[in-house]
Amino acid sequence: MTRINLTVDGVKYEEDVEPRLLLVHLLRDRLGKTGTPIGCDTGNCGACTVMLDGRSAKSCSVLAVQSDGCDVLTVEGLAEGERWHPMQRAFHEEHALQCGYCTPGMIMAAIDLLKDDPDPSDEAIRDGLEGNLCRCTGYCNIVRAVRRGAQSMSDQEAVSGR
Amino acid sequence: MTEELDAGLVAQKIAESDMLGEPAPDRHEVGAARRRKEDARLVTGRTQWTDNIQLPGMLHVAFLRSPMAHARITGVDTSAARSMPGVIAAFSGRDFAGEQGTLPCAWPVTEDIVIPDHPPMAVDEVRYAGEAVACVVATDRYKANDALEAIEIDYEPLPPVLDMTEALKDGGPKVHEAGNRAYTWKYAEGDIDAAFRDAPVVIERTFVQQRLIPTAMEPRAVVAQTDGDHFTLHSATQIPHILRIMLAQVTGIPEHKLRVVAPDVGGGFGSKLQVTAEEVLLLLLTRRLGKPVKWTESRSEGNLTVHHGRDQLQRVSLAADADGRLRGMRVDLLADMGAYLMLVTPGIPILGAFMYNGIYKMDAYDFTCTGVFTTKMPTDAYRGAGRPEATFAVERLMDELAAELSLDPIEVRRRNWITHEEFPYTTIAGLTYDSGNYEAATDRALALFGYDKLRAEQVDRRDRGDPVQLGIGVSTFTEMCGLAPSRVLGSLSYGAGGWEHASVRMLPTGRVEVVTGASPHGQGHETAWSQIVADALGVPFEDVSVLHGDTAISHKGMDTYGSRSLAVGGVAVVQACEKVKDKARHIAAHLLEASADDVEFDGGRFKVRGTDAGKTIQEIALAAFAAHDLPDGVEPSLDSDATFDPENFSFPHGTHLCAIEVDTETGATKIRSYVAVDDVGKVVNPLIVEGQVHGGLAQGIAQALFEEAVYDAEGNLLTTTMADYLVPSAADLPDFITERTETPATSNPLGVKGVGEAGTIASTPAVVNAIVDALRPYGVNDVPMPCTPERVWRALQGGTS
Repeated sequence: MTRINLTVDGVKYEEDVEPRLLLVHLLRDRLGKTGTPIGCDTGNCGACTVMLDGRSAKSCSVLAVQSDGCDVLTVEGLAEGERWHPMQRAFHEEHALQCGYCTPGMIMAAIDLLKDDPDPSDEAIRDGLEGNLCRCTGYCNIVRAVRRGAQSMSDQEAVSGR
Repeated sequence: MTEELDAGLVAQKIAESDMLGEPAPDRHEVGAARRRKEDARLVTGRTQWTDNIQLPGMLHVAFLRSPMAHARITGVDTSAARSMPGVIAAFSGRDFAGEQGTLPCAWPVTEDIVIPDHPPMAVDEVRYAGEAVACVVATDRYKANDALEAIEIDYEPLPPVLDMTEALKDGGPKVHEAGNRAYTWKYAEGDIDAAFRDAPVVIERTFVQQRLIPTAMEPRAVVAQTDGDHFTLHSATQIPHILRIMLAQVTGIPEHKLRVVAPDVGGGFGSKLQVTAEEVLLLLLTRRLGKPVKWTESRSEGNLTVHHGRDQLQRVSLAADADGRLRGMRVDLLADMGAYLMLVTPGIPILGAFMYNGIYKMDAYDFTCTGVFTTKMPTDAYRGAGRPEATFAVERLMDELAAELSLDPIEVRRRNWITHEEFPYTTIAGLTYDSGNYEAATDRALALFGYDKLRAEQVDRRDRGDPVQLGIGVSTFTEMCGLAPSRVLGSLSYGAGGWEHASVRMLPTGRVEVVTGASPHGQGHETAWSQIVADALGVPFEDVSVLHGDTAISHKGMDTYGSRSLAVGGVAVVQACEKVKDKARHIAAHLLEASADDVEFDGGRFKVRGTDAGKTIQEIALAAFAAHDLPDGVEPSLDSDATFDPENFSFPHGTHLCAIEVDTETGATKIRSYVAVDDVGKVVNPLIVEGQVHGGLAQGIAQALFEEAVYDAEGNLLTTTMADYLVPSAADLPDFITERTETPATSNPLGVKGVGEAGTIASTPAVVNAIVDALRPYGVNDVPMPCTPERVWRALQGGTS
């Protein structure tokens, strides 16, 4: 067992873990962070995407011990109280989810995408989300949602920047 | 962009309503682009997937699976596994042999069908790679998986059976003692020999519908628990109600002591319309161990053992007159059942039998399907289920006929389709299409697509010898859905009816609970049913809750598949609301001191005709609850049930057009534009309908271009991961242009037709037709699916004619 310290959605945890334990299993099975689902075992689907120190990571491809000292943000920590993150709102408004299983990872990947390109073209959005699979939507509304989310986030930044 | 259409038909873009899709005060909820109620928990991670469930004392199950396609099990030793840390138990098939029964097949399509025993865990013989042979129960999922490696199984290899044509030859290896033919099912109407005799044009083709893996994003998961008397099973299933009945029969647990719950379910597409080995075995394990048990599959395990879809060999021919008028069609299918017949395996190709004629008139039709056993994962329902295969064949043939006659593919369709004045129309396959307007959908699609301009560009590229050629693919499809009239299902030997149930409960505060027998797994029923009830009872959308998926709450239902939820289950909701209003009217009349005949209902209020006196339905709900002043003989409740059994299937239709650029040097293809004009009848929520079309298109296009389950020569599945089985990403698909025409169904009071499968059914032939169209000058008249760059390139090198 290895002792690790990490912060998840603003809460500090100290956990003894087997070296082989995946971060996603730590989150789901030990910390009760079941908002982050698992869709595959080869790092292809992206359903388990979280932010690890501010950048997106597939938590099925990270060992829990690798997250020692890290700050993890999951979809459960995105909203401020009942106030959703603009990307969560955008996914709702654009009907960018159906079964919703890919949605937590898709939202995290979309937020990360905007860190590099705050005003992406449709093509850039499609390329940027290549590592996140959705079986329900055909992606059209996801692209629209990311565009809308990007707009809201830049509006919000403009307001808070004043 | 938008143009006015002819009167009587409305081509609608998604309503540009306000942010939340609230209808204007004077408008109905039905038809409004309401944002979904389901989203709040899904975008914030407050979901209830089966794998989220943690129960006190819960144990974890892992399955050992056969590494061979076909073998005799000659020895099993689980003792080493049982002695590993954290391992509670380990069992092989022999340990369950006396109680595991056989997995059910509910659709014996012929009298002489061969339905082999299908033990949930193999006992003496394995018949596909991935079949469960042993299991471990441990304190956590890692320990359970560790211990699998300590189980010893001895196999004596048997020859795999992989090719359907070979499988049917005498003297070859057998999957089951009774042989490799499961059944042969036939349908014939009209004089087929006369239709083909002296026909000026006969088109013959063989198409391969490759094997597909449905790939719902949520892997399967099951949790079973018992108090020693009652059992509860949570499962990522589309069919909690059917599952309860079937599991009771297989395990012997009395139906009234078994509760099945489908919590949030992350997609199904038919793959969760099944009674699985793991569901049975987890019930047996919790009964044996007295502890809650959980199993969640990995994706690799799922690709091996979630039932597959399609896998048919289609030999089809079409006879036509010189002007392109259809005379007759022959269809001869081999359908790969896989190793066993699962819940509706044999019926899937038969669902297609009524669809090979598509939207066209013809004099004769002859259909034969033989179900064949192979040593592969069983096939069963996958989005469209039989109808995509049929639609592919007829729409490919119509393009081939057009090419043969040098006619435009739209023109050859116009000469043969049922015109809108001819509805209701009884087809050569014996179905009565109630309504439709193929002309309107096609005209609209052509305009949106810019058909003439693209044809001109195609000519130009051909003339210039451009290495990148342009192809245009057409698919004018219909499908039968809204499964289904119970009598028709009975005539096809299906094991159950096709009705759906709903209950509406008026709560004392005027809020409404709707219990539906449909079992959503991503479709948005909570939203759509709320819209229907809001209109029917005149209550606010927000005041309606929709309950589903738990047999203790929703005791009666036929669940969700076959694009049936709205066309059957939604109608049951409407009928239950009518009964609520009937009861409320009598109480309102009593309270208003009027005759019930003089009381009218409008916008949630009962009024005495010609006066201002009235009571809201909420006031009546409270009066019924208090029961202080009810008319004699009236029960103190407004709650009502309804069970709706449709009289006919519903028949969505549409015209899809696809433009594809094909690089003749590399074989690479790129969808340039895709237009879908669908007619799904009346629409409850245009946002949800558009989403269903989008997702359906993605899956149909994926069959055309990307996806295939591949077995090697030994019968091992090669495409066990998402790196090998290519579910398309956002980067692989174009934006879609979608619109609707609206011809109400006449077979139900909502006028709805269903939309879940339409996009998938229509799109596969549109894409392949486009690729073949691009390559026709090179002598190519078919490209096998999936049309990968390599296959396109090979077709170009060889030509296929």
